[in-house]
Amino acid sequence: MSLVVKDLHAAIDGTEILKGLSLEVPKGEVHAIMGPNGSGKSTLSKVLAGHDDYEVTGGSVTMDGADLLELEIDERSRAGLFLAFQYPAEVPGVTMANFIRAARQARMPEGEELEAVSYYKDLYAKMDQLGIDRKFTARAVNEGFSGGEKKRNEVLQMMMLDPVYGIMDETDSGLDIDALKVVADGVNSMRSPERGFLVITHYQRLLDYIEPDHVHVLADGQIVRSGGKDLALELEARGYDFLKEEVVVAG
Amino acid sequence: MSSEAVLDTGTQEAIDIDRSKGDFSYPESHKFDAGVGLSPATVDYICDVKNDPDWVREFRHKALKTFESKPMPTHWATKDLENIDFDVIRYYLSDGTKPTRSWDEVPDDIKETFERLGIPQQERAFLAGVEAQYDSEAAYSNVKEELEKDGVIFVNSTEGLKEHEEIFRPWFGKVIPTGDNKFSALNSAVFSGGSFIYVPKGLKVRHPLQAYFRINSENFGQFERTLIICDEGSELTYMEGCTAPKFETTTLHSAVVELVAMKDAKLQYITVQNWSSNVFNLVTKRGIAHENAEVRWIDCNIGSRLTMKYPGVVMKGRKARGEVISIALANSGQHQDTGAKMIHAADETTSNVVSKSISVGEGRSTYRGQVHIPKHLKGCRNNTECDALLINSSSRTDTYPAITVRGNQHATQHEASVSQVSAEMLFYMQQRGLSEGAAMSLAVNGFVNDLVREFPMEYSVELKRLIELEMEGSVG
Repeated sequence: MSLVVKDLHAAIDGTEILKGLSLEVPKGEVHAIMGPNGSGKSTLSKVLAGHDDYEVTGGSVTMDGADLLELEIDERSRAGLFLAFQYPAEVPGVTMANFIRAARQARMPEGEELEAVSYYKDLYAKMDQLGIDRKFTARAVNEGFSGGEKKRNEVLQMMMLDPVYGIMDETDSGLDIDALKVVADGVNSMRSPERGFLVITHYQRLLDYIEPDHVHVLADGQIVRSGGKDLALELEARGYDFLKEEVVVAG
Repeated sequence: MSSEAVLDTGTQEAIDIDRSKGDFSYPESHKFDAGVGLSPATVDYICDVKNDPDWVREFRHKALKTFESKPMPTHWATKDLENIDFDVIRYYLSDGTKPTRSWDEVPDDIKETFERLGIPQQERAFLAGVEAQYDSEAAYSNVKEELEKDGVIFVNSTEGLKEHEEIFRPWFGKVIPTGDNKFSALNSAVFSGGSFIYVPKGLKVRHPLQAYFRINSENFGQFERTLIICDEGSELTYMEGCTAPKFETTTLHSAVVELVAMKDAKLQYITVQNWSSNVFNLVTKRGIAHENAEVRWIDCNIGSRLTMKYPGVVMKGRKARGEVISIALANSGQHQDTGAKMIHAADETTSNVVSKSISVGEGRSTYRGQVHIPKHLKGCRNNTECDALLINSSSRTDTYPAITVRGNQHATQHEASVSQVSAEMLFYMQQRGLSEGAAMSLAVNGFVNDLVREFPMEYSVELKRLIELEMEGSVG
């Protein structure tokens, strides 16, 4: 059982960004995708989530055997795909508590109501774990949140929605080291044989805290290199430029 | 129910679902029917049936003349007003049921209607008093014993003018004169039903009083007349909710509501209206706030073909306060032309207007505001905020704020915004598992959330549900 991306091509406004990307994230593993700016990292996360701006022009994506590209955005979510956004949107007037509740309710069978008491118990426990003040339940989603607060709330939502595959899009950006640890602890606590993670990041730093099983390097819309966690260290030491040279040599 | 061919399927579905509670009617057996059209004979007919005292008969006839002499306000208002054909409207209908106090006395078929509207349950649950209106005559009214003991009068307007003339008459038609506009004149000529409430000095009525209004006859205009007087230092919240079945032809609703808050009194009037999309809803609502008194209008307008409603407060005494909080939702085929009038007529008076509108599909919402602060006063303040949310590219909104401030000892503030539910916000919400429609209605509910909180609990729940239903046809 895994999230399988095969020869994926995707374009925005006619410009191809993903140019034959292949990747397999089995349940129980954490895969990191690293790459320079403009390599297509964020495009990959948005295409997997089903953003309308991107047109899939070739290839396939399956989640535990099911064709992901056939599903609507919300169907993908309910099937178990979660995207922790790099820039989460603000939803004015909708409280965190009501938002997550609505998302949970959307997963209930028709006619069944979410049980409020156990919902709040669960919510508070996870907020405590992430060091989020309980006052946040009454705040509008992401409105006026600091960068760190936004990221923590992405992880909180992921914990509450219990996905099968979690995609973290540059979750480390804008975080100080303490917040980074809290966020990483949250993700680590969710690691299980029943769940896979795709961690997208520009910097190696996050991978000190969320230790990946595999590291892939994305450049110009393709995975150009895959390896173990040592690959991340090598990138950190040598920068992305050496890869470009290798691509040129290989090409 | 027959179909309304002018609306597209999506809108029609949204409206159909919307009427789940109100979309039903029972065979009509009106003992009294004034026929169609309006003439002095119609007015006499109404007076005879209602056994009006002479001063009321005179008042009605004068009003009819005023109505006939007044032009339609089409120089600034929508042309759609011209489509009202006053000659095909029935101005009075009653099944002859006398207003009753106890539930047992209410006829069975009327009771059945009320049960579907949920009135008995609500009354048992928390209401201190209920007056419900079936067609133009109140069929059921009930004031809890404790309120009666305290001297609160809560009756329909007919009973008010007959049994409590000494309190009723001095204020009747004084807050809103007959000639205020064409429709206040029309109401003054043919009014029936509505509430009369008097709260005695110093009494704080803890539970909101509530009335249900409902149109049940095709081509039948409803002309309720409500007068509420809060004597010195008293407090009252009054709630008015509307559900209406849909009809094949145009229906006219033109109420007049007058509020009087004496010195130090607080009066809050809450409306949630949800008319079917063929109703012309042309309402005049105004309150007078005396010294240090407060009048608040909390108003939610959903549905109708055209709503024109600008609740006003005349701040007549020093330190009087006026407030209008309103939510309007216009779907395809609907025009919500709403706003507020704040007339400062004494020193140190304060007014606040917060208006939020949502336009869906081809829907149109208009904010019209008037704030008047004359030169000879000092220390007056006004705050006006109006925010519009456009859902579809074909939705429309207009804002016409008229703020007249003379003199330099006042403070006014005006903010207006127009926004849309952004694609990124929808994507974010959908990524959490909400369908596009659910995401849209959550976003819209978020937009009005701070105002919805001003409504009592059971209304705010109903409001959220109504907004969800209205949003269902807006996407996909």
